[in-house]
Amino acid sequence: MAKYTEDDLKVELENKEYEYGFYTDIESETFPAGLNEDIVRAISKKKNEPEWMTEWRLEAFRAWREMVEPEWANVHYEKPDFQAISYYSAPKKKDKYASLDEVDPELLDTFKKLGISLDEQKKLAGVAVDIVMDSVSVATTFKKTLAEKGIIFCSISEAIQEHPELVQKYIGSVVPQKDNFYAALNSAVFSDGSFCYIPKGVRCPMELSTYFRINQGGTGQFERTLVIADEGSYVSYLEGCTAPSRDENQLHAAVVELIALDNAEIKYSTVQNWYPGNKEGKGGVYNFVTKRGLCETNAKISWTQVETGSAVTWKYPSCVLKGDNSIGEFYSIAVTNNFQQADTGTKMIHLGKNTRSTIISKGISAGKSQNSYRGLVQIGARAENARNFSQCDSLLMGNQCGAHTFPYIESKNATARIEHEATTSKIGEDQVFYCNQRGIPTEKAIALIVNGFSKEVLNKLPMEFAVEAQKLLEISLEGSVG
Amino acid sequence: MLSIKNLHASVEDKDILKGINLEIKAGEVHAIMGPNGAGKSTLSSIIAGNENYEVSEGEIILDGEDISELAPEERAHKGVFLSFQYPVEIPGVSVTNFIKTAINEKRKANGEEEMPANEMLKKIREKSELLEMDRKFLSRSLNEGFSGGEKKRNEIFQMAMLEPKLAILDETDSGLDIDALRIVANGVNKLKNENNAVLVITHYQRLLDYIIPDYVHVLMDGKIVKTGGADLALALEEKGYDWIKSELN
Repeated sequence: MAKYTEDDLKVELENKEYEYGFYTDIESETFPAGLNEDIVRAISKKKNEPEWMTEWRLEAFRAWREMVEPEWANVHYEKPDFQAISYYSAPKKKDKYASLDEVDPELLDTFKKLGISLDEQKKLAGVAVDIVMDSVSVATTFKKTLAEKGIIFCSISEAIQEHPELVQKYIGSVVPQKDNFYAALNSAVFSDGSFCYIPKGVRCPMELSTYFRINQGGTGQFERTLVIADEGSYVSYLEGCTAPSRDENQLHAAVVELIALDNAEIKYSTVQNWYPGNKEGKGGVYNFVTKRGLCETNAKISWTQVETGSAVTWKYPSCVLKGDNSIGEFYSIAVTNNFQQADTGTKMIHLGKNTRSTIISKGISAGKSQNSYRGLVQIGARAENARNFSQCDSLLMGNQCGAHTFPYIESKNATARIEHEATTSKIGEDQVFYCNQRGIPTEKAIALIVNGFSKEVLNKLPMEFAVEAQKLLEISLEGSVG
Repeated sequence: MLSIKNLHASVEDKDILKGINLEIKAGEVHAIMGPNGAGKSTLSSIIAGNENYEVSEGEIILDGEDISELAPEERAHKGVFLSFQYPVEIPGVSVTNFIKTAINEKRKANGEEEMPANEMLKKIREKSELLEMDRKFLSRSLNEGFSGGEKKRNEIFQMAMLEPKLAILDETDSGLDIDALRIVANGVNKLKNENNAVLVITHYQRLLDYIIPDYVHVLMDGKIVKTGGADLALALEEKGYDWIKSELN
């Protein structure tokens, strides 16, 4: 009988196509490529925005024009030509859909392929979904159920129309327009995204969920998410991402802002599976994302992310622990394979007294990929008794990949307690042989070892996401042991 | 059951096994003894299918089928079990999860359904009691932070769960205190029946006080140089290996 060797596995992996790489043929309305003040105005006009919003965008655009792309990350790629990108692409349809029947059947089919058929989602109690395709939010389910509790969950465009006071108060309050190059770009051109507001004392009864998908060629996706948890409220928010396989690199520059007011808690989970490019490193999404949360007194924000996609990832979900006794958490699994590059981590900014943060980062590198953890723990002068615990584990598969850890610690308060642990390990032939000897084939053995390695983070994900994440890990790494 | 014929093997061009012949019948216990570096662990690794060794000549026949070209997991599915001298750690994978996966992979390979959860639980309870294992032990990460004795007990627990045809115990007595040794040996004895066989690989005769072998083979410099009954082990304990060396010369 023929033996199934690691080489066979490698070949199988290389030939395994990106599962979500299909293109949906829906008529889109796309702006010409290029970026100037007129385009920014046109986007704002298209969305029928009030003047303050247009001005806010223009302010961001002017700042962006003066900025240069950051180069400090441990990633190497050809810089995108920002004048070659179209900054607005929307599935052609004038009005919002009142019911699913009105949604383009092709679009629904796309969702089915993504495994998130709206029908099923509706039946699946506990998940409300907003879907952002290319740039525009196309469907929000469960709106009525949520409205009864006073929860607002809609596209950011809709929020700008319907709840301008909330948007105006909070947008840019955590990630200012000029925060960084990509955040400034996003502030100028974002075309949609999700908005969520949980009123005082309300515990959101279901997981809120957004799926992002880049569909149209030559477009960038710049979505903006704003989540506000008012005093004493709780919300768990999920975000999923996919894109079709394309030879060119697509740009994704999102901004997510979370605001947790006194005693509020936000749990934000991401499963990111943007197209990573092919086995030669051609194509794939450039994922340059700014995510940050602000915690007021006794508030808590948890970021959980499973990152398996994108050609280049530049992403540091962070917490500003402004209020006393506030808590920030970051749980991350970042997988890179073939020619993927990831520079990801977090920033925990301790400003209030008795603030606590936990960082658990699991990096898995395979193929010729490079995987970097970059984290900053900053303790301010007034942050008495601040505590941080960081753990960064790297798992290497094969001899051609790299794992890097860049932890930064800045403490201005002598009462701070900061712990950092780091490990690097390799999936050993002896581990695989041990599993083989017990009857577990190599592919399954690797999945088992990787899942074990990632368990502390997988456990933090909501149930339905954990299963999806586990499957993604298996697909991303099949056969990559060397 | 197992028939090894003229087995030659090397690692990195160094010849380690130089023509091993061994016949093990169902219901028998065989012991292989020998000084350090004689090739004892190499032999067990090769029977289990470790690809780090190059088999240059010879056959390994299990139940009439040459298994020497099969992948290690295929040999496992046919009933070969190796209790490792140094069991590896797999962080984050519990003892229970690991053995469940192993059992179901074996069943899948043999065209059977997965074992129902209640049956699995019952079996785990039964076998862990046999090895006098604490219930908490089962939810710990595989071999992570285990003492030497716990690791070996866990190996025999897995053997009990998988019910192999041929169990190879590679230096199972090393790192065991006397109580653990008794528990482990007792477990092996309870699992033994007329349909399976045990191959004990050991440096010392200590374990053989508890697991009584039908045959004892002395392995020296890649060859079996002497075969006898249980009393051969006692003689070796008393006189050491030099005695055989001089007898051979």
